[in-house]
Amino acid sequence: MIARHRKTLAAVALLSLSGAIGLYGAYGVADAADGIVQPGQQSGNSQGVQAPATQPQEDPAVARGRYVAIAGDCAACHTDPHQGKPFAGGYALETPFGKLLASNITSDKATGIGDWSEEQFTRAVREGKGRHGENLYPAMPYNAYVKVSDQDMHDLWAYMQTVPAVNNQVVSNQLPFPFNIRLMMMGWNLLFFDKTPFKPVTEASADLNRGAYLVQGLGHCAACHTEKNFLGGDKNDRFLQGGDLAGWHAPEITGNRYAGVGGWTSEQIVQYLKTGSNDIAVASGPMAEAVTNSTQHMSNQDLNAIAAYLQSLPGSKATKPQPLTAVQQAMKQGANVYSANCSACHNSDGKGINQLAAGLGNNPAVQAANPQSLTTTVLQGGRGAVTLGNPTSGAMPSFAWKLSDQQIASVLTYIRNTWGNAAPAVDAHQVAQTRKDLKLPAQMSADGSAR
Amino acid sequence: MANVRPKVDAVIVGLGWCGSLMAEELTRAGLNVVAIERGPWFETSTDFPPSVDTDELRWDTRRSMLLPPAIETTTFRNNRSQTALPTRDWSLNELGYNVGGSGTHWAGMAWRFLPFDFEPYSYTLKRYGKQQLTDGLIVQDWGVTYDDLEPFYDRFEKIAGVSGKAGVLNGKQVEGGNIFEGSRKNEFPLPPLATTRLTDLFTEGSKKLGLHPFMVPAGQASQAYTNPLGVRMGPCTYCGYCLYYGCGNFSKSSPNACVIPALMQRSNFTVLTDSAVLRATLAEDGKTATGVTYLDRNRKEWHQPADIVIFSAFQMQNVRLLLLSKIGKPYDPASRSGVVGRAYSFQTVSGANLFFEDEQLNQYIGAGALSVQVDDYNGDNFDHRGKGFIGGAGILVVARGARPIGNADAVPPGTPRWGSDWKKAYTHAFQNGTFIFNQGTSFSHDECYLDLDPEYKDANGDPLIRVTFDYNENDRRMARFTEDKAVEIGKAMGAKIVNGFDSAATNYGPYLPASDHTIGGAVMGTDPKTSVLNRYQQSWDVHNVFVLGASSFPNNAGYNPTSTIAALSLWTAKAIIEQYLSKRGPLVEVSA
Repeated sequence: MIARHRKTLAAVALLSLSGAIGLYGAYGVADAADGIVQPGQQSGNSQGVQAPATQPQEDPAVARGRYVAIAGDCAACHTDPHQGKPFAGGYALETPFGKLLASNITSDKATGIGDWSEEQFTRAVREGKGRHGENLYPAMPYNAYVKVSDQDMHDLWAYMQTVPAVNNQVVSNQLPFPFNIRLMMMGWNLLFFDKTPFKPVTEASADLNRGAYLVQGLGHCAACHTEKNFLGGDKNDRFLQGGDLAGWHAPEITGNRYAGVGGWTSEQIVQYLKTGSNDIAVASGPMAEAVTNSTQHMSNQDLNAIAAYLQSLPGSKATKPQPLTAVQQAMKQGANVYSANCSACHNSDGKGINQLAAGLGNNPAVQAANPQSLTTTVLQGGRGAVTLGNPTSGAMPSFAWKLSDQQIASVLTYIRNTWGNAAPAVDAHQVAQTRKDLKLPAQMSADGSAR
Repeated sequence: MANVRPKVDAVIVGLGWCGSLMAEELTRAGLNVVAIERGPWFETSTDFPPSVDTDELRWDTRRSMLLPPAIETTTFRNNRSQTALPTRDWSLNELGYNVGGSGTHWAGMAWRFLPFDFEPYSYTLKRYGKQQLTDGLIVQDWGVTYDDLEPFYDRFEKIAGVSGKAGVLNGKQVEGGNIFEGSRKNEFPLPPLATTRLTDLFTEGSKKLGLHPFMVPAGQASQAYTNPLGVRMGPCTYCGYCLYYGCGNFSKSSPNACVIPALMQRSNFTVLTDSAVLRATLAEDGKTATGVTYLDRNRKEWHQPADIVIFSAFQMQNVRLLLLSKIGKPYDPASRSGVVGRAYSFQTVSGANLFFEDEQLNQYIGAGALSVQVDDYNGDNFDHRGKGFIGGAGILVVARGARPIGNADAVPPGTPRWGSDWKKAYTHAFQNGTFIFNQGTSFSHDECYLDLDPEYKDANGDPLIRVTFDYNENDRRMARFTEDKAVEIGKAMGAKIVNGFDSAATNYGPYLPASDHTIGGAVMGTDPKTSVLNRYQQSWDVHNVFVLGASSFPNNAGYNPTSTIAALSLWTAKAIIEQYLSKRGPLVEVSA
């Protein structure tokens, strides 16, 4: 549960477009940093998207370990995106239970893991135990990392020891009582932590097994894409069939042709993970961050394996309903709103612009039963992933000031039921609730005042 | 000095097209580069979202993207006998003031200059002899030719995603393009923009006169496009909001859309925004620069040490930086000696205002460079014998989008300025009024130059640039000649009212409408006695200083300058990477 809220907050930081720049603009202190736009600032992400450099004459285990760290997206939490040093921690994860700070995992002896043994490190990653055996909170996705192989763990350890030491004291646990009692996690672990290591399916191809290993383990895809129970444990019978996050819906990514990615070619999936976009979809929100920091740096072979595995999952039973018809009032209003506000980029045929503006027709994410991501994106705006292959940083502006809740509900209903799409109508009350949750202003009235 | 930043391989002053293209080349070659930009950070999706950005009052009427004259302006006079006064309001000088520079607010006309424009002296001497040149006119070759620049034009067109149609491909004329252009090795990366009723009328009318119309190369993507840096552009929606605006549709070519997204991903690139460079600092012997001095947003002074200093600010700012840094000998008009500030020029504009009887021009459909032109009277494309001038003009119409506010006075002469008759006339003119624009060549003159104003200073206490300029006889003759041609075309288009205009018929003034393409003052050339820079835009005097921009042009072509300043920047970048880094000295030896 905590893991997915961590993603949510990251998404809000990533998507507060002018916020990223505005924040920087507010640093009025006169020092050497004054006025410096950092690499990657365009994405609101100070890590940028430099290809991770392999050093000459490097221990091959270190190079492999770096790749493991990328596939596991460790930096997403352990590097503070606001100009933090790599893996020095301090990034605040807001959870429904309170605040957690990601720990310092640099080789610093005093404040990092420089004094840890490999055994202690492995136990922390795979079992959620601190150096002295205390329970970690499952914001650290050890329930996925438990699948990481001994070899990968060993390589990861080799790499982490080369990460430059940064002295940065982080008091991770800032949760209020009673959640600050780490022992509580013992119960959580008993209920939801399946300690089974990854077991390859002997009759499946090596590729499928590799894909399963990456998706279930390092990739920790289920952290967002699998529905949670009320205590934040995965509903394993709905594996990767979509998960709700505050403000977002991570869509189904199984082989289901309607709701998942079964209708995509493997090339489309690989291109999406490699560049952050394809001719249908553009990764934004939390997924943009995952692509920027992690999947774009993975090998094509691994990405192909991931695609093969995802498409092999039968997924949910969701099937396409009858589309709503154009005569309905919402559909008529939606068509008008679309024409005036959306068609410049997404096109009158809903096809969007290849790798810049998402296509809306036949896009599974658009037809997800829960329209939360769409509502959030229209209200708040969205920004595509920034990658080496596509550094454009294409983005969609916020329409909160311009469109009413009813107009947004109508236009979403319209795009969910046009160009071959079919999905339930969107309710204006849900838009209103999201507007409130995101603390966005009301639609501006015709005379320029806020309503 | 107390505040010193770490030394870098190259510091770039001004992050517009020139600065960003140079930074892209140098960082890709592995150099550590810091760019210092006077204005703020501007970014396509956050600063120009299409949901809010079509705001004529903000961007066009109030020029909200330009450098405010209160921060830096010029003083102006027509000749040496006058006392120059500051230009205090928005004027012809439209200096950029943001990351992206003027490349963010430009209209997007993406021309190559003609081979003649780079070698006007040689061409004129060969075809007409020296008697064709009027007294005091400055006509000199650039030291670089069209053929030298062809690959760099090509590279820029691919980075910017230029939409157009080749007229001469590998020496062969191609139907539909500009048959007068220099030979191209490649077709444009994108096909031309769609035509409009206005461009169709011009095409038909000019063809009736035996002229050769073609669609102007446009920095608006006619189709979805991926440039060589991996940046995606979206197809232009013909919204008409280009000039003075940023483009939130990722359709108009700009440094912000086409270069900076890639640049920002490189750890060897840093940009300092809201920081104004005051001058370059020189080593004790004055032969090399040691870096630049700048003020940060809190007006605190800093030094940025660097092995290479690139001035890539606006044309006038480049000249001012050279003068304030004491690089090169300032021009003295009395003795006709010195070079910095010499050969300043502008653009000579004439044309015709047209009003049709009953057209539906629908000019709200448009793009900054959605334009059709004839080049039959441009450069040296026609016989100048007996005409008493050299040069010419590109003659065009442009469907740039009808501005509801800005076009309110574009009504036929004699229309009341207010009331119901004005409303009626404006309603009619909105669909029927337009103009033909002659964008003319300009040559400088011994009496036209830039220097530091003896009286007026900016807030930092540094003198402003003083412009001493008026149209010369050569350019006035050219403007009159092409005005007549515009009137002929207007009539052939079927306009009911055709009124010629000629901005060079009176004295030059910074508030009189013409173009904003000012040039020269720090020109490139073959002789240090008549140029500030050698053929690689390298200072003759201080070899690690390179100056990029229209300040390098000894004369102006009948075109918009952007592609040429971009091609020259890429040409210079190549020279720095392939020659200067190993030589660290002058790239052109001066023969004694």
